[in-house]
Amino acid sequence: MGDFAALLDGFTTAVQPIYLLYALIGVTLGTAVGVLPGIGPAMTVALLLPLTYTLEPTAALIMFAGIYYGGMYGGSTTSILLNTPGESASIITALEGNAMAKAGRGAAALATAAIGSFIAGTLATVALTLLAPAIADVAVKLGPQDYVALMVVAFLTVAALLGSSPARGIAALAVGLFLGLVGTDTLTAQQRFTFGVPALADGIDVVVVAVGVFAVGEALYVASRMRRGPIPLVPISGKFMTKDDMRRSWRPWLRGTAVGFPIGTMPAGGAEVATFLSYSLERRLSKRKHEFGNGAIEGVAGPESANNAAAAGVLVPLLTLGLPTSATAAIIIAAFQSYGIRPGPLLFQNESALVWALIASLYIGNVLLLVLNLPLVGVWVKLLQIPRPYLYAGILTFAALGSYSVGASTSDVVLLFLLGVLGWTMRRFGYPIAPAVVGLILGPIAEEQLRRTLAISQGDLTALVTSPFAALAYTALVVFMVLGWWLKRRQARTEAELAAAARAESQPAVVEGGRR
Amino acid sequence: MTIVVGYVPKPEGRAALRAALDEADRRAESLHVLNTSRGDALVDPSYASPQDLEDVRRLLEEAGVEFDLEHRVGGRDGAEEVVEAAEKQNASLIVIGLRRRSPTGKLIFGSNAQRILLDAPCPVLAVKAPAGEAAGHLH
Repeated sequence: MGDFAALLDGFTTAVQPIYLLYALIGVTLGTAVGVLPGIGPAMTVALLLPLTYTLEPTAALIMFAGIYYGGMYGGSTTSILLNTPGESASIITALEGNAMAKAGRGAAALATAAIGSFIAGTLATVALTLLAPAIADVAVKLGPQDYVALMVVAFLTVAALLGSSPARGIAALAVGLFLGLVGTDTLTAQQRFTFGVPALADGIDVVVVAVGVFAVGEALYVASRMRRGPIPLVPISGKFMTKDDMRRSWRPWLRGTAVGFPIGTMPAGGAEVATFLSYSLERRLSKRKHEFGNGAIEGVAGPESANNAAAAGVLVPLLTLGLPTSATAAIIIAAFQSYGIRPGPLLFQNESALVWALIASLYIGNVLLLVLNLPLVGVWVKLLQIPRPYLYAGILTFAALGSYSVGASTSDVVLLFLLGVLGWTMRRFGYPIAPAVVGLILGPIAEEQLRRTLAISQGDLTALVTSPFAALAYTALVVFMVLGWWLKRRQARTEAELAAAARAESQPAVVEGGRR
Repeated sequence: MTIVVGYVPKPEGRAALRAALDEADRRAESLHVLNTSRGDALVDPSYASPQDLEDVRRLLEEAGVEFDLEHRVGGRDGAEEVVEAAEKQNASLIVIGLRRRSPTGKLIFGSNAQRILLDAPCPVLAVKAPAGEAAGHLH
């Protein structure tokens, strides 16, 4: 069956009313959490993991993909109207978009963000559709030593590039790998790090860890720095899109897509980096440099497209290789695992119907998001009036309920809050959480593949690097590291310039939560 | 003696402010204008923006009454803040604005006006926004 026929098949699944409903729930929730600063798609998907055990995998994954895409849309609304980025990938939008809103062009900023997100999301999903099966075809030929190489690439890139410093990232990764080791060894049935506690003999449930560090940790973190007055909301004003806005926006949309998608596919830092890169590109190309920082529409159109394109790009390694390159992707892997589906090269072969329905739902989700976002912006903004204590109390309750429902055991709930404190500590001291979750999820797989490799080679360690693909992967690792380091530097430079510009205007851009 | 007025940047709040001004004039008393927020939500439409506050200040100065303006974020409800201010100022009158609220809305959110009426240490004057007044300006 050709890929196109498979995609059509996917569409026939995805347009079934029940799946459309889940897609709608997903994008609505996604937009809502995108709008609310401090609550991100990773936390939301983690919270919903236990609830979706009763759903069939297709429905759950369609919903999660909707949340993932929706988060990218919603973040721009808060950024533009409140100057508080809902997500880390909207920091740039906060800057340029809020300046536009203050200049009475808020409606145009919202429109260019939403339409740009739609165009970039759709184009990037097309790219994903074309690229993913090709990569999957290559990936099925991989041997265990190649998997080990892939895991090493994933571990090191995520650890080194997602956090504030490589040392912190690697420390967080080590925590995750350690948590992954707890339990009974699958080959020898020895108990590892269980301290004789029977509840730990099965290992620590990924769901409990994900909910603990993401949801509980984040809620505690935000609660610990709650006291802050309301921020004035810039009213939505101006025309939606004039001809001139359109003319100035369409090129940044396309360029943002071109920048965002490849960065998303590479484990080199995720959507946030893509937005910075797109912003500095737009500024360099623009004939109206003086407008940048004071509300240039290109500075909203480009980055907003880039973050959506990157979100689609992240799905390429996720679906073809089982490699998560962002926090949300890591949680989605956990979702796959909880359904007994092994994410990785065989996914396209074994679960072809599921994967294509998922991809088809991304197209549908993008349309839904465009329809939901622009006309309903007033409703989304109302969400910001919810008192935060209610919100976080709700999250904590939901988290406790969810992890209790996983195994109906109170020790899971105790563990949940212990991990929550761990998550809070990590967050408080700048340790990224994504590497820990990636380590926890991929660690056991990596261990298994490593032992299998060594069993086949009878203990010969050179087997790990002699296969062509593995050698290629380690080379790519070096490239990613250099590239990631370079991108980070670019981002830091752009940030420094922006900070200088902001100081000149004495208008601090507030960043709260959402860092992944 | 002082008149305490709970101000919100909405039609009913503006109506309250105007009524309080008249009353202060009539009684030749000073005015204590209060606008607070619990500060636990990111956006609070009852919390006056700096520009709105400037409008209020200008209006009060033009009216020529003695006044002070209290604008801050506390941890408490508007009703508690108003009652406490009235107690502290030993107020002769509290002026508040009323708005229509559906029974469900009242059930869920409670009523600040009712709390003030029940807890106030002094008479309370409650006014409604004139029918059809848009969310416009003070004058």
